[in-house]
Amino acid sequence: MQYINIPNKFPGIRSLFMCRPESASQLDTLIKTLLHNPHPTLTCGERELIAAYVSRLNTCKYCYNIHGSMAPHQLTENAGIIKQVLTNPQTASISNKMKALLKIAGGVQSGYASLSNDDIAFYRNEGLSDIEIRDAALIADAFCMYNCYVAALSTWQPDDVELYDKMEERYIREGIFELAF
Amino acid sequence: MAHIKLLNEELPGIVGLLNYRPETAKPLLDLAETLLRGDSTLSSGEREIIAASVSYWNGCHFCHTSHAAAAAAHLKSGIGLIDDIKAGLPTTPVSDKLRALLHIAHQVQRNGKNVTDEDIATARSEGATDIEIHDTVLIAAAFCMYNRYVDGLGTWAPGPNEAYTEMGERMAHVGYGKF
Repeated sequence: MQYINIPNKFPGIRSLFMCRPESASQLDTLIKTLLHNPHPTLTCGERELIAAYVSRLNTCKYCYNIHGSMAPHQLTENAGIIKQVLTNPQTASISNKMKALLKIAGGVQSGYASLSNDDIAFYRNEGLSDIEIRDAALIADAFCMYNCYVAALSTWQPDDVELYDKMEERYIREGIFELAF
Repeated sequence: MAHIKLLNEELPGIVGLLNYRPETAKPLLDLAETLLRGDSTLSSGEREIIAASVSYWNGCHFCHTSHAAAAAAHLKSGIGLIDDIKAGLPTTPVSDKLRALLHIAHQVQRNGKNVTDEDIATARSEGATDIEIHDTVLIAAAFCMYNRYVDGLGTWAPGPNEAYTEMGERMAHVGYGKF
């Protein structure tokens, strides 16, 4: 059951965006900046994968399905890769650089102040730039916020996986949120 | 010293990180401005107390002290409020509604899934509206993000409370991203 009065035909964060447009526009701009705007080195697909992985670790069904649906549209890879990543990124068929980015994200999700100088040296050695280390950490920080927000207000999170794919395809194509049914 | 090389190592806490990447600084500052100084039936002083409390529970010295100093500037309470927040506000006059909302914020800080029907019902019975409950949850979740960002990348922060007085005045009366 939802805790506060929010539009019940919109799932997850979309229902919260309808309920408070003032903060919705700031939260939406932050997502676009972190995931969709041009980045010096990281693709949209790589950044979506970080978002999906953190959401999976936080067991936020809405967020990991939406961002897991978004990633293949942008990575031009099959859904099998996403499944592998969400199960265990270290054994997934992805680049070592992507594995390192997901390791940062996992470290951030698991606790505060978890990136030590030794960690940073390790990631630099894996070929990551300072901007990549910092942005992977910020995407993970931000998705801990989004996941927490969606969970704490007990929003509706549908089980039907195809629904997420449909919603995301339309969002990418037309940039608008669609009713889930 | 910060783990990643910043453009200006003298800037404390989140300020150094914001300076490092202006592209992401703007949406982070705009969000703080909306949450803490935008239209709301909760006063900015009350919202800064929520932000400072969450930051204290997360052990983020820079965010706790600077936002507590901003709350003190709004409420004209003096910077004793910084330590009073650490102790759970025993001496600051605070409404029962704000105490119920702070309890929800504390649940969110531990884990978003911890919030219960009972927590929401208690806040409602103290007069909190749906939007006030929503905003409390979002402030708490957002400060977990800011706190992680500041501490996860090992930034520098001034120690004593007095070092934050002027910063708190600017945050309260000038705003975020405007100085």
